[in-house]
Order: sequence, then structure tokens, then C-alpha cells
Amino acid sequence: MAMAEVPNLIPAMPEIFLALAAMTLLMLGVFQKAETADGVLRASRLTSNLGVLSLVLALALVFTVSGGTLVSFGGLFISDPFASYVKVLILVASGFTLVLAQGWLERQGAHRFEYAVLVLLATVGMMMMVSAFNLMSLYIGLELQSLSLYVLAAFLRDDVRSTESALKYFVLGALASGLMLYGMSLVYGFSGTTDFAVIRTAIAGEASIGLLVGLVFVTAGLAFKVSAVPFHMWTPDVYEGAPTPVTAFFAVAPKIAALALFMRVMMGPFGDLAAQWQQVIMTMAVLSMAVGSFGAIAQSNIKRMMAYSSIGHVGYSLIGLAVADVSGITGVLVYLTIYVFMNVGAFACIMAMRRGGRAVEHIFELGGVAKTHPGMAAALAVMMFSMAGIPPLAGFFGKLYIFLAAIEAGYYIIAVIGVLASVVSAYYYLRIIKVMYFDEPGVDPLDSPLPVTITVVLAVTSAVIVLFFAFPSPVIRAAEAAAQSLF
Amino acid sequence: MGDFGHTIGLAHYLTVGAILFATGVFGIFLNRKNVIVILMSIELLLLAVNINLVAFSVELGDLVGQVFTLFILTVAAAEASIGLAILVVFFRARGSIAVKDISGLKG
Repeated sequence: MAMAEVPNLIPAMPEIFLALAAMTLLMLGVFQKAETADGVLRASRLTSNLGVLSLVLALALVFTVSGGTLVSFGGLFISDPFASYVKVLILVASGFTLVLAQGWLERQGAHRFEYAVLVLLATVGMMMMVSAFNLMSLYIGLELQSLSLYVLAAFLRDDVRSTESALKYFVLGALASGLMLYGMSLVYGFSGTTDFAVIRTAIAGEASIGLLVGLVFVTAGLAFKVSAVPFHMWTPDVYEGAPTPVTAFFAVAPKIAALALFMRVMMGPFGDLAAQWQQVIMTMAVLSMAVGSFGAIAQSNIKRMMAYSSIGHVGYSLIGLAVADVSGITGVLVYLTIYVFMNVGAFACIMAMRRGGRAVEHIFELGGVAKTHPGMAAALAVMMFSMAGIPPLAGFFGKLYIFLAAIEAGYYIIAVIGVLASVVSAYYYLRIIKVMYFDEPGVDPLDSPLPVTITVVLAVTSAVIVLFFAFPSPVIRAAEAAAQSLF
Repeated sequence: MGDFGHTIGLAHYLTVGAILFATGVFGIFLNRKNVIVILMSIELLLLAVNINLVAFSVELGDLVGQVFTLFILTVAAAEASIGLAILVVFFRARGSIAVKDISGLKG
């Protein structure tokens, strides 16, 4: 056998850069003088700012390597328009939530430099997931992401709720990884390979029972990671217990990465078995939409409500996957793009909910916010209207493309169920607006003024959501090109 | 084709793997006492997968399965250490690691 060749590193430049940046920041943080409170603050600000900078540079690298389809590392890693599109979303989501997190952690007195390092490592894991072209690289990326997220959930280590949510997330996440791995071992055994392209040719036509059992386990594991019903039970507890900036991060970046991975695995190696898995995905989509809409109605904690809302959003996205054609995948990508901005905006408002220096999470605490914080109330109202799917806000277009794809493919019933579910979910989104604008304010108003980072993020996300209808074509064209590359 | 000897074949290894896997899953769901047992069950899941992979690897005459196993062993070590670390911070905050005490969050 000849000497091993050095693989082409260019397609993986963003990941390599970000991984090196994370390790550099770790060293930088460790060697800062942290004996005094001032030193701890300085170290955490330094790593947080450099972390945001690294994410921006990685975004630039994604744009430079994007374009064609490149496979490297002996078929383990793929860089195609689909991966690049999703990586841009992941980096934007991580960047926004990291910017928001630093201020919140400082106000909470929990600013430690590890936060930025963990976010960066989780982001590397997510980028590996969407670029995986082999079961092995898929698993390593997924675990790099999950292990970082378990630690992030426990970031307020003296807080019972934070540590409890981390423990629950860890146990159920490890179980999901175990299920998926067991499925992968069966897929490997019955197809004889772990390479996505080879699996696809190996199972073309007829699939053995062993392979189908493997597919079921892999689907269950992936459904766990995207928190689709019936594998959603960890989501409300983890979202409620985790520190708010971590919840904001959980709600966007890992969800997008897991959904992208779901699409890659289903359309890639198992693409020819679409007839076998479409019904399963559709059932999960319907159940997720139903649990997402009805589960959120009874919630009084806004983070818990957002957890059910995210389960519902996964349901809508899964419709696009179940349709399993270019327009369906395009719909999911557009939906996820809008979802990032809606959720970042909504969570920026939740992070601004503090009274007397303490973070508050109940929906009634928003009473009368329209009088004391008109700007924040307007921004949150925009996010809620958009999530409910009211035109001309962006959320309407996200749902529109998905339902259109379902109708074009002839799945009328699921489109009707989707519309009905979004009507039900409008109830709890509009309830927030009602509380803000028509309820009496509490004894004392929420703390003001809003921190600068929250104001800036709210302005940016609101502008995107409100103005999306005027300039949708670049996003839709890019999403279409990305979806094409999966087929 | 690998040589499994005269009596023990792929099916036997897969059966052991399936039994271990089922034990792990039931260990997580039926266990009502201690979180440490849950962590052990998670390890059991991963070991069941490893047995499957190695058995398939030998049967197929393909080394990839064994390479995969080495990756899984590495990740399992990292996962166990993070799990125990989270358990330690939970114990400090809550003062107990009984499964019935992990119930602060519900709705």
C-alpha cells in the first residue's frame, strides 16, 4: 500500500479554522489572570468577543469554499451547496446567540470564559454533521455537538434547574445516540459499508429486513435530536431549566443542524427507500404540529411555551422532508432561515425580561410592557405574528412554501392539517401580544433601559422579518440551489 | 468471509448484541432508583453496538467496522466523563441522585 496521501483540506477549512480558534480561545482563557472578579470579567469578555469574531471569519471561509461539490478525506466529508447554506444559518444563529449571551451571563454573575469555547466547539460539531458523508463522520460530528451542549445546559452549575435539565438532556441524548448507533451498525452490516453514496447503490431496489430495522433506529435517533413527537419529551424540561441564552442557542443552531442532517440522511443513503419512510415522517410531522400547538396553550412559563412552539416548527419542517422532492427541501431551508431570525428575536426579548435585577420567565410578567418598553413590545409582537404565520411577515412565507410543496406533490390532507395546526398555535402567540398590550403592568415595570446588544439584535431581526417579503428572491434562489445538490 | 469457528456464527453475536441493547434500554426506562445505574445502561447500549460492529466487520472481511468501534470507544469515554461531571454538579445543587428527585421541572 502506498503512503497515505494528505487529503484535500480546502473543503473543511471553516471547520478546521473554527476548531483551532476554539482551542486557542481555551488556552487564552486559561492563561488569563482570573484571581480577581475583574480578571474573570475581562477573560470572559475577551473570549466572547474573539468567539464572535471567529464565527464571522468562519462564515467568510464558508463563502469562499462554497460553490461546487467537493468530497474529501476519503469520502468522509462533503462540501456542497446544501452544506454551505446550512452552515451559514448555523454560524449566524451561533453568532447572534453568543452576542446575546455575554450580557445576560454578566448580569447573572455567571460569566466564565468557557461559554464561548463550548459554543464554538458545538458549532464545529454541527458543521461536521451537515458535511458528513459517512456514518462515522456523522457520529463524530453529532457527539462533538451533543457533548458540548450537555455541558452548556449545566452552565449555571449552582442552580438546581440548570443542572437537572442538563442531566435529563444528557440521559435522553445519550439514549438517542445509542439508538442511532445501533441502527448504524445494522445498516453497516446489511449494506457492507458506511459510505453514504455506496449505501445508496448497495440498497438500490430492494432493501433487506435488517436494513429496514436499521433505518427505523436511525430515524428514531434523528427524531430525538430534532425533538419530533413521539421523541420530544425532553424538550420542554431542557428548554425551561437551561439558562436562557443556552435555551436560545438550543432552539436555533442545533435544531437546524439536526434537521439538515435528517434531510441529508433521508435523501442521501436512504433516498431510494422514500416510499418506506415517507409515511413515518408524515405521521411524526402531524403529531409534532398537534403537540406543538395544543401543548403550548397551557404553559405559563415563556421558555416552556417556546419549547412547544419549536416542536410545532419541527412538525412544519418535517412536512417538507416527507414530500421528499426539490420544492419540499427548498421549503424547509427557507423555513429554517426565517426560523433563525424569529427565534433569535423572541429569545432576545425573553433575555430582556428582568425585574429588580432578577430574570423572570412567566408570561404574565410581560403585562403592560407596551407602555413601559414600547420598542421591545413591538419587536416581540412582530416575532409572535410572524410565528403565527400572519402575512406579510416572514413566517407566513416559510409556511407558504412548505404547504405549496405538499399541495404540488398531492399531499392535500397534510397541508390542511398544517394550516389547522397553525390556526391553533396562533392562539398562544396572540395571547402574548394581548398580555403585552392590553394587560395592566405589574407592581414595578421590567428593568430598563434594555442592554445595547439586545436592542441591536432586536432591530436587525425585526427588520429581516418585516422586510423579507420585499426581497425574498436571493434566499429562495440559494435555498433552491442547495436543495438541488441533495438530489 | 471471516471464520467464526464451527458453532458460533454471526447470528449468535447479533443475538448477544440485541440482548445487551435491550438490557440497556430497559435499564434506562425501568430503573427507578439511582442515576448511576442509568449511566451504566448507557455504556451497555454502546457496547452492544460495538459487538454488532465487530461481528459484522469480521463477517464482511472489512476493517471499517472495527475502526468505527474504536471511535465509539473513544466517544463513550468522553461521554461517561461528562455524564459523571453533570451528575456531580447536580448532586451538589440538589443533594441527592435518586431518580425520583430529578423532578423539579414539569408542566
